[in-house]
Amino acid sequence: MREVMGVRMNLHVKDRVAVVGAGITLFRRRLLETPRELAWEAAKMALDNAGLTLADIDCVVIGTAPDAFDGIHFNGEYLADGAGGYGKPTVRVYVGGGTGVFVPIAAWWHVASGLCNTVLAVAEEKMSPAHPHPQGVFAYIWDPVLERPLGPNLIWIFAMEMRRYMHRCGATKEDIALVSVKNKRNALDHPAAQAAANITVEDVLNSETLVWPVNRLDISPVSDGAAALILAREREARRITDTPIWVEGIGWSLDNTHWYNRELGYPRYVQYAARMAYRMAGIERPWKEIDVAEPYDPFDYKELHHIEGLMLARPCEAPELLKEGWFDRDGELPTSPSGGLLGVGNPIAAAGLMKAAEIFWQLRYEAGRRQAKKPVHKGVAQAWGDLMQVGTVIVMSN
Amino acid sequence: MGEKEKLPGHYLKSREMYELPGLVEYQPQAKYRFSAGQAQTRFLEGLKEGKIMGVRCPRCGRVYVPPRAYCEYCYAATSEWVELPGTGVIHTAVISYISTFRERLEKPEIVGVVRLDAPGYKEDSYEFAGLFHKLCGVAEEDVKSGKAIGMRVKPRWRPPEERVGDVNDIECFEPVEEG
Repeated sequence: MREVMGVRMNLHVKDRVAVVGAGITLFRRRLLETPRELAWEAAKMALDNAGLTLADIDCVVIGTAPDAFDGIHFNGEYLADGAGGYGKPTVRVYVGGGTGVFVPIAAWWHVASGLCNTVLAVAEEKMSPAHPHPQGVFAYIWDPVLERPLGPNLIWIFAMEMRRYMHRCGATKEDIALVSVKNKRNALDHPAAQAAANITVEDVLNSETLVWPVNRLDISPVSDGAAALILAREREARRITDTPIWVEGIGWSLDNTHWYNRELGYPRYVQYAARMAYRMAGIERPWKEIDVAEPYDPFDYKELHHIEGLMLARPCEAPELLKEGWFDRDGELPTSPSGGLLGVGNPIAAAGLMKAAEIFWQLRYEAGRRQAKKPVHKGVAQAWGDLMQVGTVIVMSN
Repeated sequence: MGEKEKLPGHYLKSREMYELPGLVEYQPQAKYRFSAGQAQTRFLEGLKEGKIMGVRCPRCGRVYVPPRAYCEYCYAATSEWVELPGTGVIHTAVISYISTFRERLEKPEIVGVVRLDAPGYKEDSYEFAGLFHKLCGVAEEDVKSGKAIGMRVKPRWRPPEERVGDVNDIECFEPVEEG
């Protein structure tokens, strides 16, 4: 079992794959645009960025989280034309909150297999239609027999994981709040950002307690938005741009939905996904070889949890390194230089793809004031989701 | 993409959204009846009798709570039913101030994960037999200080005549009195 998940695998890659363009819309609590208009805006920006038109695209991969947020069933098919999929081999992929990074993973295998020369990868989420609050929609992810009768709220499960992490690692709420402070500050330089702010640890601790230990400012906001990437095989990529960003490794892993049957203080499935991606990328010591990271941060403790799952720090070491400034933009290993979900916003699938796009911009040295201070050669983006059970990882280099 | 890029999208304030021409309100009408399946139906019958039942994998010996029809590790059919004592320790605990739909609760509720005493697992193993449930008789201060984690607990059952074969046949898990 342990060897099967993520480590032993057969890989037959036909073509090397690069990212050659990226696009993004504003992330906001409410946007006027429909889901497919958002998909179109992000996809068009990515095409323009790469100097391509839709005629240059062979295949399309779409990502969007549960249909219930947009309120439209078969949301992939609904989005298809907005995402540039008209008359093309088009597919929607879905692994809950992990979807955003799973979109470029699926796009990668479309190209690496030799099936498509170019792929447009689009992720979209519109959470504002759900009324009075999308929180109610989350009620349907719980097990109908054993969980729903207890009247759970989605924040419970995060609070339970955060509490366990604090206990296991001796971390305090103050230690964890520093992630929110860092990411919201980083987001001040992101043009899509919805929740950028200069705040203090006290602001986080004094915000409304929803489910102790989770306060309102420990959580990313509810958002609408879209993002897009263009992936191409080596020959096409070198024709399109002088600075392709190579996809060196991909990995994903799923645990079961019985989240209360496992240790909540460490995300083993994220580690499996990371090991798969690092192995493919030839990375043996990620904590030394990775220069910049975008770990998934829908809650502030999650960034620490995921830094450890990605083996960028030893288990329980992340809070101490965070305090020392290790993960700041001018630190040894900048994490969430974009501002993350906490700062830029959390339109679920689009938020994960935004993280992959940030690694693309960082490795192209195009991130402006968000650019990491140190030289960057290798970066990793990761998303997480479902019932504390999925990790999706992509490693890129310049 | 630097910090100055002008990005597409038009933000709406809450009021502006409600004033949009053609704003459609729709509420799906859907009703479901879920069968609990092979393994969990037996588990729910056990709850009605005041018992926590697990099921053992014949190959690896893990005892599953909640029970499954198959062992996900060995991918073998589970077969042998085992009654557990119901006792266990608190793995994690939190204090909820909000309802499912995010309304403020008058009285906060303590919920958590209980790691049950069950054969087939090494001490401190990553996976374990366990339940997610309400906790009672646990003080808020103990949740915050961490004293509650590792505390020994047992189920508080509803009276037999009130049990219906539902996870709420257990009212909550409460501390085992010492001595």
